[in-house]
Amino acid sequence: MAVIRDVMPAFELFQPTSVEDAQAVLNRYGADAWVLAGGLDSLDWLKDRIKRPQAVVDLGAIAALKGIRPWQGGLEIGAMTTLTEVVRHPVVREEYSILLEAAEAAASPQIRNQGTIGGNVSQDTRCWYYRAGWPCYRAGGNICYADTPEAINREHAILGADRCVAVNPSDTAPALVALDAQMVIRAADGGERVVAAEDYFVGPDINITRMTILEPGDILTAIRLPRTWAGAQFYFEKIRDRQVWDFALVSVASAMVLNGSMIERIRLAVNGVAARPLRLRAVEALVAGRPRNEATAVVAANLAIEGAQPLRFNAYKVPLMRNLVKRAIRGVEAATWTS
Amino acid sequence: MDVLTWGRNPWDLPILTHISWDLLWASLFAGIAFLVAHASYMVFSAHRKRHASETDAMEAARVDLPHRIVRHSLAARLFHWVMAAAMFALLLTAFLPIAGIRFPWVTWHWIAGLVLTGSILFHGIHATVWLDFWSIWVGPRDLPELKAEILRELGHEMPGPRPGKYPLGNRLYHLAIVVVAIVVVVSGLFMMVRVRTPFFTRNPYLFGDVTWGVTYVLHGLAGVALVGLVIAHVYFAVRPEKWWITKSMILGWITRRQYLEHHDPDRWVVRELPTPNSTTPKPGVPSF
Repeated sequence: MAVIRDVMPAFELFQPTSVEDAQAVLNRYGADAWVLAGGLDSLDWLKDRIKRPQAVVDLGAIAALKGIRPWQGGLEIGAMTTLTEVVRHPVVREEYSILLEAAEAAASPQIRNQGTIGGNVSQDTRCWYYRAGWPCYRAGGNICYADTPEAINREHAILGADRCVAVNPSDTAPALVALDAQMVIRAADGGERVVAAEDYFVGPDINITRMTILEPGDILTAIRLPRTWAGAQFYFEKIRDRQVWDFALVSVASAMVLNGSMIERIRLAVNGVAARPLRLRAVEALVAGRPRNEATAVVAANLAIEGAQPLRFNAYKVPLMRNLVKRAIRGVEAATWTS
Repeated sequence: MDVLTWGRNPWDLPILTHISWDLLWASLFAGIAFLVAHASYMVFSAHRKRHASETDAMEAARVDLPHRIVRHSLAARLFHWVMAAAMFALLLTAFLPIAGIRFPWVTWHWIAGLVLTGSILFHGIHATVWLDFWSIWVGPRDLPELKAEILRELGHEMPGPRPGKYPLGNRLYHLAIVVVAIVVVVSGLFMMVRVRTPFFTRNPYLFGDVTWGVTYVLHGLAGVALVGLVIAHVYFAVRPEKWWITKSMILGWITRRQYLEHHDPDRWVVRELPTPNSTTPKPGVPSF
């Protein structure tokens, strides 16, 4: 019989109005504290009684974490800015449209009204074995139930798996990696550090129980978009089972600067294939200086999937990723669906 | 402090998952505490040392012995240092991530584990076929030596038996490391089936939850035990009065004086003719 777990366990709710107050609570409770942004990932965990924090710190009342403002020619987006606000911002629409596309691809309008960009990049994986509360590696155990002979692993990783085969579910993450965004983190000791979006996410080889580098007490306060890739030629595509509302099976994001028909420089990232959004550095190096054409796209796409190790039910992700990379390089009109 | 970590399997039954990592810090603390206690004792105690005049007399009586006596063959030394490198690699890759220094450790860990396994297999064969196999083991026959050693350490004059090739402490340590290494290697080899390697088709269902839990716990217990054991080993290796043993593991030989001072020539018989030229060592000549 299914166990219905739809009543949240008791916890202390804190709704601070400053980052300092939030961190004071987080430091007091340590690993027993839970940071609540939009709540769309958190409430699943809490209502399912899989996560049982003693204290929940709701960041929703901290004005400093909200809004989009100019920053050194680029933009600084408060971590608690909703995805809808990101999508509607005129500078995002004009200069960083890849982020607009990625944010708009996330879930449904209602969820984008509530969900924040900080929460979107920091959300936990959707591996159902893990989210069902089974004692897998990611939950502190010693097995990956999704990487067993009988496992249902259609949505799981084909690259970068290390014991755990969960994938990162964020739509905005690959776009931020492609934009060379910077993540501003307020550490538990009150200090601030800024890391590249690419380094904000961690795979199971580094930390099998987390998706990001955030430690207990840390708060992601803002995301900065440098001017470097503003107005570049962007490409974002998300493949999902249901177009109306679903997590990505595979997504791709690229920012490209052309010199005539030659690719002068490019940043390319994929998500849904590993536990972290993967920046395809080898592909970037390969295509830089080459003409933007079918031949370059084919070589790049084949390079992108090198090392892929599909599981029993997710081999389809290999040609899917190959074609998405091809489309990102060449453009959607030139790509063909070959396997 | 927790000792074990438990989870619930998909059938909602409690299962062991691994040891509590609190035990790592406990082992680290125990190793350092032993180090401090022993070092303090050695500074302040009246442990008995053989007088130089005694050794002079013994050396004068045994001029038939070569000046340099082979203690460890090249093969034995190579095994020791390969095993030491593998052991350090295993401990660092296992415990640095737990201590917060994160890096991709799994592949390096099992590679080091295979090196350790290979070196242990080599050592087992080498020691059985080419060395005096029983010289490193301890048994009831060593009780008089144990008593004499303890009393000497407490400052008493004891004429009792002296060690053969290996001091009693060495042999006890070897016994401990054999037990722990067998546990860690056997459990580790089975655990390799759970991760992706070029050698096996990954099969986490080779054992049931309970057996896997016990395997992980044994591997963890042996691992944290090794932390304490390695601390003790390194500590003794660098102690001034033990440096002659460490040096012999590097160079392969000890002097005649060290041989007579620290060993019982009746228990470690050196079957070697006098060295014609005392400055020319004869490495590789069996001395046991």
